[in-house]
Amino acid sequence: MHIMEGYLPVAHAAGWWVVSLPFMAAGVRSLKRIVTEHRSARALLGTSSAFVFVLSALKLPSVTGSCSHPTGTGFGAILFGPSVMAVLGSIVLLFQALLLAHGGLTTLGANAFSMAVVGPWVVYGLFHGLRRLGASFSLTVFLATALGDLMTYVCTSAQLAMAFPDAASGFLGAFVKFLAIFAVTQIPIAVAEGLITVILLNTLKSYNAEELKGLNVLPEGGLNR
Amino acid sequence: MKTALMILAIVALAILPLALHQPDAGSEAFGGADDKAKAIVENLSPTYKPWVQPLWNPPSGEIATLLFSLQAALGAGVIGYYLGYLKGRRKKD
Repeated sequence: MHIMEGYLPVAHAAGWWVVSLPFMAAGVRSLKRIVTEHRSARALLGTSSAFVFVLSALKLPSVTGSCSHPTGTGFGAILFGPSVMAVLGSIVLLFQALLLAHGGLTTLGANAFSMAVVGPWVVYGLFHGLRRLGASFSLTVFLATALGDLMTYVCTSAQLAMAFPDAASGFLGAFVKFLAIFAVTQIPIAVAEGLITVILLNTLKSYNAEELKGLNVLPEGGLNR
Repeated sequence: MKTALMILAIVALAILPLALHQPDAGSEAFGGADDKAKAIVENLSPTYKPWVQPLWNPPSGEIATLLFSLQAALGAGVIGYYLGYLKGRRKKD
């Protein structure tokens, strides 16, 4: 989902920066609040950043014959809410843009929007929606993180299609072409991200249920599966 | 048990594409999706020229691999440290 440096026209690159900046600003505020109110959650916050670091470095092969990577932003979105991830995800994108020529500074606004805003919000919404419907913890985490991962790539496809509409079939034609690359490749990788996140959160649940209750990830008063 | 099955499924998801995919002649097998998207951009807008270049490019594929490994290793180290801390804390109680 990394749109490469210079691969968005100036107006689009600037526009996505304008869209993403308020989310980053809200994320910084949210981060400050968590660090002061949940002092004990600091280590978990570090672990959430670390999870994005690991997962976004793993380029996995997919059925389409191309490689792509998971995002890792769903884990932290479930624990701390989506706002914080706008900051943590952008830090990873910055690291990759500066040191790996992967993504870019001009395209960071767009890439942050897909990976650090859309993905985490989808995960957060699905997690709490499915919990309310009574789905089990594992299933909820799996569906929320897998679909959040996938939606990040759908968003990238839409961003590129807006910048480079097809001469004949317009936005939709280009959108389908980019989806064929990004979204289809991403399906098995999104499933893998969902499973890894379930394993990690289940481990946390058995070792550190109190903290998860404090963060409102698990309901107070007992674990319901 | 459930965890072991999930780990197995993740490994299968990473390995099966390598076995299942028939590479077409002429195109690089298992290249990055980002590069394929770049090719589509060039196809849709042949006149488009990227207007900035990355400030720094890893000088070789090996160096890029080194940096990606470093990124994964740092992250995995932090996660392992935290899980070890939780496990040790529970034993003490």
